[in-house]
Amino acid sequence: MRRFLALAGVCLLAAAPLHAQTIEDQVTSFQLQNGMDVVVIEDNRVPAVVHMVWYRAGSADEQVGVSGVAHFLEHLLFKGTEKLAPGEFSQTVKANGGTDNAFTSYDYTAYFQRVAADRLGLMMEMEADRMKNIQLDREDILTERDVIIEERNQRVENDPGSLFREQRMAAQYLNHPYGTPIIGWRHEMVNLDLDDALAYYQQFYSPNNAVLVVAGDVQPDEVLALAQQHYGPIPRNEALPERVRPSEPPQMAERRITFSDPRVAQPYVMRTYLAPERDSGDQRKAAALTLLAEVLGGSQTAVMPQKLQFEEKRAVYAGAFYSGLSLDDTTFGVVNVPAEGVSLEEAEADMDRVIAEFLETGVDLTQLDRIKFQLRASQVYELDNSDSLARRYGAALTSGLTIDDVHEWPKILQSITPEEIIAAAEEVFDRENAVTGFLRKAEEVTQ
Amino acid sequence: MKVFGSLIAFMLLAAAPLRAEIDITEVTSPGGINAWLVQEESIPFVALELRFKGGASLDLPGKRGATNLMTGLLEEGAGDLDSRVFAERVESLAASFDFDIGDDAVSVSARFLTENQDEALALLRDALIQPRFDQEAIDRVKAQVVSVVRRDAQDPDNIVGVAFDKMLFGDHPYGSSIEGTEESIAALTRDDLIAAHKGALARDRVYVGAAGDISPEELEGLLDTLLGELPATGTPQAADVEVSTEAGVTVVPFDVPQSVALFGHEGISRDDPDFFSAYVLNEILGGGGFEARLMEEVREKRGLTYGVYSYLVPKDNAALYLGRVSSANDRIAEAIQVIRDEWTKMAENGVTEEELATAKTYLTGAYPLRFDGNGPIANILVGMQMDDLPAEYVNTRNAQIEAITLEDIKRVAARILKPEALHFVVVGQPEGLDS
Repeated sequence: MRRFLALAGVCLLAAAPLHAQTIEDQVTSFQLQNGMDVVVIEDNRVPAVVHMVWYRAGSADEQVGVSGVAHFLEHLLFKGTEKLAPGEFSQTVKANGGTDNAFTSYDYTAYFQRVAADRLGLMMEMEADRMKNIQLDREDILTERDVIIEERNQRVENDPGSLFREQRMAAQYLNHPYGTPIIGWRHEMVNLDLDDALAYYQQFYSPNNAVLVVAGDVQPDEVLALAQQHYGPIPRNEALPERVRPSEPPQMAERRITFSDPRVAQPYVMRTYLAPERDSGDQRKAAALTLLAEVLGGSQTAVMPQKLQFEEKRAVYAGAFYSGLSLDDTTFGVVNVPAEGVSLEEAEADMDRVIAEFLETGVDLTQLDRIKFQLRASQVYELDNSDSLARRYGAALTSGLTIDDVHEWPKILQSITPEEIIAAAEEVFDRENAVTGFLRKAEEVTQ
Repeated sequence: MKVFGSLIAFMLLAAAPLRAEIDITEVTSPGGINAWLVQEESIPFVALELRFKGGASLDLPGKRGATNLMTGLLEEGAGDLDSRVFAERVESLAASFDFDIGDDAVSVSARFLTENQDEALALLRDALIQPRFDQEAIDRVKAQVVSVVRRDAQDPDNIVGVAFDKMLFGDHPYGSSIEGTEESIAALTRDDLIAAHKGALARDRVYVGAAGDISPEELEGLLDTLLGELPATGTPQAADVEVSTEAGVTVVPFDVPQSVALFGHEGISRDDPDFFSAYVLNEILGGGGFEARLMEEVREKRGLTYGVYSYLVPKDNAALYLGRVSSANDRIAEAIQVIRDEWTKMAENGVTEEELATAKTYLTGAYPLRFDGNGPIANILVGMQMDDLPAEYVNTRNAQIEAITLEDIKRVAARILKPEALHFVVVGQPEGLDS
């Protein structure tokens, strides 16, 4: 009890307006001797903490033929260790008033709990335990395999838009594993077994392949002490392979796909271009592409919606999207959802025409000023949500970036010139690197 | 097991006293508008949440979709500013205004920087008080809403909700989609939107919550400017409606590999003295997390689904107890049987001492964690006012949970769980189920 009361005292003091004004002041980082990275983000407004462990391993690190195993293993990490019975991890979090979950992406797998700040040690004790000690029954885990197949049914099979996305990604990447869905191809998921899951676990789950992120009402030295106590004793995996995936060859042929499904209510055309991602120490091109997506389609005053939705009324929705947070080459996308009476072929031509005009005219400077001011303001707004801050650092550090890169990013965005945006556009809009996809309503055939 | 055992016991002891430091100030403007505030100066912005009770249920006969369309047009130009200039002004202040609508309320979630607060509020005021409803914007937003209606008609998650609502509520506004139909949307005129605006956004039904870098005096001073020119009264609220169902299954055929089921029956209203007991009971039966009985039986033990949940839905004019599950077409029948069995079991036997203790620890421990940011706090403040709760509720709520006994749960389980009324609507190609 003593420790709890002392902490509560600290909370009360910290409620006064001493909050740091920039994120840099709130972030501290360490590395444990076994190679585990630790990031602490202080936010003393609520006596709560989010505790996350991120592994530098996602679906794109899987072996060929066992797609979905990274995500399957994520589910299995809740199925017990030598010390914890199946389900007991989450029960314990819950019994302490917390919530927990996990998620898998191409480049990372992450586990998190949100609890009262004084439970941090318990969370670390359990999370450190399952980093090395899961204990699984060969037969029992088949039930969980059924669960991930139902998850695929729910997220993908029941939704033509998701099926379309899978087909586009598969066409986009000729060699890189981003062409394989995170949740896995169904025909491979149904054969996943204990050996597949354990092979992935033993290869990738170790402190020198992990990032600990703690955000909330904590002191950095206290987090470090707890991390050393719980994660420190876990030996590093000396056999951890260097993280190199099969890379893309030169893409030399435009790809065009049409996905038809009777459940499509609103056809659209979407094109994605292979695009560079944020690289450590080299983020300018990604910053220019980020601003390009904003200028072209980030809000209703952007170029594509203004022209196609508002002036010409030939689109229900038009936009552009890009996220530079990725370990390997990512994509820049444009989409046009045509208005009634406009065909997909016309919608594609409309999209291309507006982009060509934009490249001629250049960037509207007042629009760019608005976007940059909004980006500055987002640095204020984001301080209100320590969960999303924690996710940002975890995702960056598992996607090849450093904390310095994260902190430089807003400054780089502010420094990007209109010329750099146009140059980035001219480079990225190369049809040989692109997949153009039509999502159509399939005509129902009576037999 | 032993190692953790001792630690967990220690933590449980410490669980009770944790409390978020939430200090609510109630203010009333000279014009008589009330608002609740949590002042939090550490980050220089404000989250402001406005909610107008009534929402889409205020649609007049034959005008289904009017309130929804009106809400979608609030950001499409106001006063002297057309939609484009209005949007540019909002962006240049880095403010954001989200207008949303449900069965029972129109909600406005605003976020703005302290440094340009006055300009941001002037824009928000114009959007609320003098939206333009330009014909150009009406036509454009209508096309967007129709696009949503068509997409929803092909989405099993949505189809199941529509079918269930239709079955329960028939001609009451709850019985149809808030967007309306393609036909009803096409027929809406500018005058209909003006009428919907007058009817839905009135001072007699507005609730205000704010959190962030603003003082009670500032908030008090801006309320009349922001809302004072709205009409004093609006359209009368919709009538209450009885919910009655019978045990059974209704199948809506749709070609998808996984069936989606929505199930439920009558629920319990928010102001019922048994509401808290019902809330705790539902936490154990089908609330969030993997430990609930439905999740344990349907997912963990049998792998029949990715997720199964149940939830109380105390709407303004009806109270429901609902749940949701999705399973492959050849497995949904088994999932439904398991859910029925659990429903009956809990109705007859209630819960165990241990389940009740765990649920209490979770619910009381998790409560302070909800207050984690200005936006969520502003939301909670409005919700409390709409539920007619006093400000001190934030400090008494956990004690109310703690006071619930095993006997309370047993009595309330027998009262609110009605296996004989538990109806399932299933969208898909389910095997082994007959309507």
